[in-house]
Amino acid sequence: MKPTDIGQPDYFHKVVDCQWACPAHTPVPEYIRLIAAQRYADAYMVNWKSNVFPGILGRTCDRPCEPACRRGRVEDEPVAICRLKRVAADNKGEVSQLMPPKAVKKNGKRVVCIGAGPASLTVARDLLPLGYEVHIYDGEAKGGGMIRTQIPRFRLPESVIDEEVNYILAYEPVTHFGKRVDSLKAVLAEGYDAVFVGTGAPRGRDLNLPGQKEAAANVHIGIDWLSNVSFEHIDKIGKRVIVLGGGNTAMDCCRTSRRLGGEDVKVIVRSGFDEMKASPWEKEDAQHEGIPIINFHNPREFTHENGKLTGVWFTKMHWVEKDGKKKLEPTGEPDVHYECDDVLMAVGQENSFPWIERDIGMDFDKWDMPVVDQATFQSTIPNVFFGGDAAFGPKNIIWAVAHGHDAAVSIDLFLTGQDVKKRPPPGTSMVSTKMGIHEWSYDNDVSLDLRYKVPMVENEVALRNVKVEVEKGFDPLLGYKEAQRCLNCDVQTVFAGKLCIECDACVDICPMDCITFTENGEETELRDRLNAPALNLTQDLYIGDDLKTGRVMVKDEDVCLHCGLCAERCPTGAWDMQQFYLDITHAGCSAKSVKPKRAPKPVAAE
Amino acid sequence: MTYLAKPPLHHPSLERNAVGFTRRDYEGRISTLCAGCGHDSISAAIIQACFEIDLEPHRLAKFSGIGCSSKTPDYFVSPAHGFNAVHGRMPSVLTGANIAAKDLIYLGVSGDGDSASIGLGQFCHAVRRGVNMTYICENNGVYGLTKGQFSATSDKGSKAKKGAENKDSAIDLVMLALQLGATYVGRSFSGDKSQLVPLIKGALSHKGTSFIDVISPCVAFNNHVGSTKSFDYVREHNEAVNRMDVISPRAPIRADYKPGELKEVVQHDGSILRLRKLEDDYDSTDRNAALGYLARKAAEGEIVTGLLYVDPDASDLHDGLNTVACQLNKLTDQELIPPLSALEKINASLR
Repeated sequence: MKPTDIGQPDYFHKVVDCQWACPAHTPVPEYIRLIAAQRYADAYMVNWKSNVFPGILGRTCDRPCEPACRRGRVEDEPVAICRLKRVAADNKGEVSQLMPPKAVKKNGKRVVCIGAGPASLTVARDLLPLGYEVHIYDGEAKGGGMIRTQIPRFRLPESVIDEEVNYILAYEPVTHFGKRVDSLKAVLAEGYDAVFVGTGAPRGRDLNLPGQKEAAANVHIGIDWLSNVSFEHIDKIGKRVIVLGGGNTAMDCCRTSRRLGGEDVKVIVRSGFDEMKASPWEKEDAQHEGIPIINFHNPREFTHENGKLTGVWFTKMHWVEKDGKKKLEPTGEPDVHYECDDVLMAVGQENSFPWIERDIGMDFDKWDMPVVDQATFQSTIPNVFFGGDAAFGPKNIIWAVAHGHDAAVSIDLFLTGQDVKKRPPPGTSMVSTKMGIHEWSYDNDVSLDLRYKVPMVENEVALRNVKVEVEKGFDPLLGYKEAQRCLNCDVQTVFAGKLCIECDACVDICPMDCITFTENGEETELRDRLNAPALNLTQDLYIGDDLKTGRVMVKDEDVCLHCGLCAERCPTGAWDMQQFYLDITHAGCSAKSVKPKRAPKPVAAE
Repeated sequence: MTYLAKPPLHHPSLERNAVGFTRRDYEGRISTLCAGCGHDSISAAIIQACFEIDLEPHRLAKFSGIGCSSKTPDYFVSPAHGFNAVHGRMPSVLTGANIAAKDLIYLGVSGDGDSASIGLGQFCHAVRRGVNMTYICENNGVYGLTKGQFSATSDKGSKAKKGAENKDSAIDLVMLALQLGATYVGRSFSGDKSQLVPLIKGALSHKGTSFIDVISPCVAFNNHVGSTKSFDYVREHNEAVNRMDVISPRAPIRADYKPGELKEVVQHDGSILRLRKLEDDYDSTDRNAALGYLARKAAEGEIVTGLLYVDPDASDLHDGLNTVACQLNKLTDQELIPPLSALEKINASLR
């Protein structure tokens, strides 16, 4: 194998699994260390800069970082990254003074964001401090989009939404709230320099089963029903409720039903429990509130009497393998009937663009969706950009934020006459953490604590009121203990072969058997003959050369604890623990956002 | 050197041996030696060897004297028995323990100061008596604890860190052990675990006196240009006579080597030492030939490593003393205090 080029920003970025997995590439270990140091405001700002809604995401994020977390490969469970974010948000105090200043001079360019959800708000936040005049349109009276309409209050209090939306509104965009845009042609005619479409995926899928028309008064579309609850148009539901669907919306529907008078609430899904789209923790939370999840039942027909819903017929399903593909098919057993008073359908969401005229020069694909570039978010009308669920279908808030950042970069490039395809590289830096012989600027003593549970309000209290936030969040002490579980994967083991005397000290001390000195070879063969086999092919091997014996140093990054014992044991300073910091490109600040500090070259011990 | 203990977290593929332990279970406390010390590599090799021969930790007894090397029994196999003797007196304490409890596996760890200076007499006599033990000398050719004076194993002409040249002749403990009748003699290098681990495994399963001289560079005081015990010097002048695999009595025999390439030595406990020759004219079962070969190579400035001599049918101190089968410390009053009738019987035989 070739020696690893650690100068390439992706190499060490990949080692920081959480940051790599996060669509917005939030520097997770950095803010977790700040939380442990009780520097909550700083931790909040690291988050705010990269994901815009730390308080909201700290309660609702889909957490792509957690399954990626190295801790989950070292012991049972990953670090509770998401809920630590909330600790920063809960304890930060006043932060507005830490935010970038308002633009003193406008640059004369006008950008309009359609929809005031997370994607649009991110675009607005990125562009406003640069001097753009940003207009935001939304059909609702307040900003937030699906964050405000679809996420139940017991998971996300309205005050948190207001606070974080207001940080953006403080930059004084021109808001046109309560005005639904119904023609893109009309918007374009107003002469904006750029248009950003962040209208989400606002249409809940409908099953259209027999009997639905007759029982319509008790059959609801999940996301519409949730938004009606959020706006307090609906405050009760029947005693017996069936929720159809297995995603996170279904979990929100069933848990909301429990708080609005539903006593016998069931989730019934077509697939198996394990294949459900809902996040495991959301399924767990629903079950914790006494909601059974019945799997392998496909809804066939609604039953009704005198225009009132009485129940649903289900066909039992199972997995069948056909031509090597798994398919759900009826088992052939007799159908089963579940009685109920109300049904909530949460079986998916769709984009819909009835308000975009088809004769304005925008290309649509075979699914009647606008053609949008994956990297630049530009549509086929050069000054119209898409982001969030509107771009590539329903995802989640953190993806919307990531899209928003990228679209803002594109808009800024486009309006300053640059090529939107030439993406400015991220800012990176590597700084040695060495402070003394066995002293580092991070806490390298690995905590052995298991994952802490977030304290919850008891069911008796939580189920009584839809507005009572069910999770209490970590208090500062629990937050500290959970923060200490982080392995500091951004503190990288950097190897300088020229200094190495091949004494094996690092090999002997490494608790995870990550390091091997051996003859070089092909990757597959090399992975097999290391001190511990490198079986996780998604994790790179770090190859260091320049050794006197002609061998190579091979480090399997997979389960490295970043404990720094290799560097502490190294007599010549051939190993150094250097903090890698990567700041993704934001609009207007390209690679300048991080001043690349030169890490001192490792110096040989005397 | 670190203040932090090695975290107990381990690689997901960490295996268990036949007695249910992982390699990590054979570790000891965190080393307080200098970072990069060769002795720590030897401790790691001992850990690996104990794991691989499925040794139950409570069956091991560790002995040491004084010196950097003699601190190391604290750094491996914590659950084993241990005794830290006074300077140079480890061999007699070990001998005493071995007399009383012969069923344990005895491991003496010493250094060049502890073995070749203050303890040279003790070393000689323990070897001469054939005490059933593994004696490892962690040989760095320097007094590390007192900041770098030449030791008795420093080669003539070797330079100290500040440039002074050693005028005295070196004691070669391997030659001494061969002359005194050790029945398993090897030399290795702390920087070559693939050679050292099998040597230790073979020694621990050998009946009789096993001696392994391990050259172990002192990174603080003896790893400079001009030293003959530095990493670079040893790597350059290392001449291995053979490579060894130790096959436990339980393992299935695999014969996938060409005939003549291999020499197999079956030890007392059934373990097989499979030697792959690297030097055609070297026979590791011929003591006198070994002595001659080593003397020739030493004159050429080469460091001969590998399994230098083995007598698989060796006897030990207990055979010589003709002790009872039962471990002496397990004898009860019944065996030790014969009844009056026994005395009468003896007296009658003398009348």
